[in-house]
Amino acid sequence: MKAAHYWHCFVGIQTREWLRFWQQRTRFASALVRPLLWLVVFAAGFRAVLGISIIPPYETYITYETYIAPGLCGMIILFNSMQGALSMVYDRELGSMRVLLMSPLPRPFLLVTKLLAMGVVSIGQVYVFLLLALLVDVEPPLWGYLAVLPALILTSLMLGALGLLIATWIKQLENFAGVMNFVIFPMFFMSSALYPLWRMNEASPWLYWICQFNPFTHAVEAIRFSLYLEWNPMAYGITAGVTAVLALLATAGFRPQRTRIIGASKPA
Amino acid sequence: MTIEASNLSFRYGDKPVLREVSFVLTSGRFHALLGPNGAGKSTLFGLLTRLLALQQGDILLGGQSLKKQPAEAMRKIGVVFQQNALDLDLTVRQNLQYHAALHGLSRKEARTRGDRELERFNLLDRANDAVRQLNGGHRRRVEIARALLHEPSLLLLDEPTVGLDVASRKALNEHVRTLCEEDGLTVLWATHLIEEVRTDDRVLILHQGQLLADGNGQAICEAEGTRDLAETFHSLTGAG
Repeated sequence: MKAAHYWHCFVGIQTREWLRFWQQRTRFASALVRPLLWLVVFAAGFRAVLGISIIPPYETYITYETYIAPGLCGMIILFNSMQGALSMVYDRELGSMRVLLMSPLPRPFLLVTKLLAMGVVSIGQVYVFLLLALLVDVEPPLWGYLAVLPALILTSLMLGALGLLIATWIKQLENFAGVMNFVIFPMFFMSSALYPLWRMNEASPWLYWICQFNPFTHAVEAIRFSLYLEWNPMAYGITAGVTAVLALLATAGFRPQRTRIIGASKPA
Repeated sequence: MTIEASNLSFRYGDKPVLREVSFVLTSGRFHALLGPNGAGKSTLFGLLTRLLALQQGDILLGGQSLKKQPAEAMRKIGVVFQQNALDLDLTVRQNLQYHAALHGLSRKEARTRGDRELERFNLLDRANDAVRQLNGGHRRRVEIARALLHEPSLLLLDEPTVGLDVASRKALNEHVRTLCEEDGLTVLWATHLIEEVRTDDRVLILHQGQLLADGNGQAICEAEGTRDLAETFHSLTGAG
């Protein structure tokens, strides 16, 4: 197989994801309601309760809306990635996955490209969210919108790989409600998305350490720092490292027979 | 291209689904894989398409091992799955282009080949329609056209007529036979419907994971001392 074959395949998978996105644009728009509610309603209520001191990467006092915006960017990707990974092996995408796996190109390449394609659509949503966040005065520097892109791509790949790993291997979590309760909510709440970690440390040191071990924390921090044009090597390093490990595990361990890809009903 | 399956066994957990199945498919012929529901046909297709990993035995496609040279082998296979594998919201052409891209074809090449196949299937005028607007028979044709885009030597069809009316079933079956004759395509057509099989077809009868008969339909009937394939199928499997 030549490089051109890989390229055509890569473009084909991306194109299909965008075509599907365009077909289902109302559903994607409604997916923005959740983070916007958090930004407008939740943040307004908590602004009075939670004082935010000056912490990097911010150079001045900030509103709570400004603080949680990067975490909500992570939240958009988190929900989309989990939903996307589940649909790859359980329901809507089954037909497309069968076609995908018939490709003569290596399966890890196909799966990573598919995860990236789903990630690109999530990232589109993140940018729409960031534009809407301007209305509540969340105003990162202009170049921040570009600088945050690598962090968003890494995050989407990391969470997509995690979703694929979970969807393939943990039978008990084969519906979205299960994943929401046991993966999405714990990952989101036990991270720096909603509260700075120093505040968490004051409240409960063990919770602080759970947050530190949660890769989503570091993904959110990578998004936060790059959005404000600051370099955070630790957050980036951990996110990149975890992404590499999860992508390797998810693609090397992928078994269609552990999913519904090979038939209508899952074999025992 | 000849296909040689040797000593295939497969189990889900403790449950054996295929037991030491061996056969050779002759180049350019129509082969019917006949078996009642649960015989192991879909598992055999899973192995042939690499959706299931081989546990025992090997499959050679034109001499190339599916185990050792999977990429080369996959280039030679076109598949029509039992369940719909088309994206209903996308157009016929978009579906074909997706498949072509997965096989490394450029957009231009995909368009040329796609239009050629659609023309052959009398579907060119539907190229820009969403698949959702097509009836069941037409959708199946699109799936076959798609499976042929990368010019495979082997076409695998897993119960392709499920859900179709009698007329569409017959038309589809005849169409694939024509492809076999005109293109020299090797075809493996899995079904549990005896009326889709002719006595001069090469017939493989699978039951409870074992290959009970393999040969020309007429010869199998003579060996079993039965009048026709329906009777043979019934006497071997208790079904039909």
